[in-house]
Amino acid sequence: MNTDSLGPIFLNACLVNNFVLAYFLGICPFLGVTGRVGSAVRMGGAVTFVMAVNSICACGIQALLTFIDAPYLKLISFIAVIASTVQVVEMFIRRVSPALFRTLGIFLPLITTNCAILGEALFQTNKGYSFTQSLVYALGAGAGFTLALALMAGLREKLELSRTPEAVKGAALTMILAGLLSICFMGFAGIGN
Amino acid sequence: MSQEQPTTSAQDEFLKGIWKQNPVFVQALGMCPVLAVTNTAGNALAMGLATAFVLLMSNIVVSSLRSFIPRQARIVTFIMIIATFVTIVDYLIQAISLELQRALGAFISLIVVNCLILGRAEAFASKNGVGRSALDALGMGAGFVIALLCLGGVREILGAGSLFGMALLGDRFQPWLVMSLPPGGFFALAGWLLLFNWRAQVRAGKETAQAQEAPS
Repeated sequence: MNTDSLGPIFLNACLVNNFVLAYFLGICPFLGVTGRVGSAVRMGGAVTFVMAVNSICACGIQALLTFIDAPYLKLISFIAVIASTVQVVEMFIRRVSPALFRTLGIFLPLITTNCAILGEALFQTNKGYSFTQSLVYALGAGAGFTLALALMAGLREKLELSRTPEAVKGAALTMILAGLLSICFMGFAGIGN
Repeated sequence: MSQEQPTTSAQDEFLKGIWKQNPVFVQALGMCPVLAVTNTAGNALAMGLATAFVLLMSNIVVSSLRSFIPRQARIVTFIMIIATFVTIVDYLIQAISLELQRALGAFISLIVVNCLILGRAEAFASKNGVGRSALDALGMGAGFVIALLCLGGVREILGAGSLFGMALLGDRFQPWLVMSLPPGGFFALAGWLLLFNWRAQVRAGKETAQAQEAPS
């Protein structure tokens, strides 16, 4: 069992080992939906929510798989649970808050193939976190993901107004920005250890 | 997808994945492993081969089962098929080299959510025969391996002054440490994309110049 306390776990997942900028998880939405700050933040919120729900489920599955001694089923059961969690969350939000559903709408199905979610579930079991630790880890990872998306979207909004060379436009510019952000986040190394 | 009509020759089916529709540089699919495990050329090669193997096997299985899979449940079925092969690869790599397994870490498991594999299953294997799907997977897999090697090679040469662990640039070379760290992945990919953009621009410039000359 891992005995890390909750504060460092949160900081570690959020800043030091930011899922997007240090682990390269969830690059697709990072490049895809960072055109506007608003949609980036909403996407981050949706991912954080699914991550937290899924983290709870993953704890249960891990306990069950250890009980029946079948570790080779881990990957298959995790991915099945993620797909169904996303489905359930989608139906739940549609019923409870149609307004929220409309704003999240297109992002929800995309979350199934977001590797940050599966990555979070795998990391928390690899590190042997308890239930509370897992939940805090998931929330930290989600917060870090949202932060990275919001920063990127803000930078891209600014850059739209400035003059850039023709060859740099598009994906190449986004990549350079991501590299610079990643260097900035390396400055957090050492916090929370 | 107009290029994927059954009229294309087998050779084109294979070559399109390597060049015209390269999964990484042109379609920007499966970016997470591309950036995460390309800090050395060796890791990049292992990751590329593992992904190509899963891609090939899942394409073959999906296309041979394509008439039995109900349309509504197809995505879930595809993911289950992919997850099965990823588990096999994960255990295979553990058996071959524990060191490699540690270097690649969770990213082997994360092949499951590589959008390249699901994308090919959905866009190609579920509509085409087994032979054609296997060719498509081989081409896409080769394109993926080449792209990973391009990135891994650049990062290892600049970040450690070596290639596949062999010292290349001599003792006086000061390694660019940043290239083996996470930011280097973004910078290396940005560099390649810039190169391609620049080439496309030069070519477009030539064509307009010719078009302007022709009438006069």
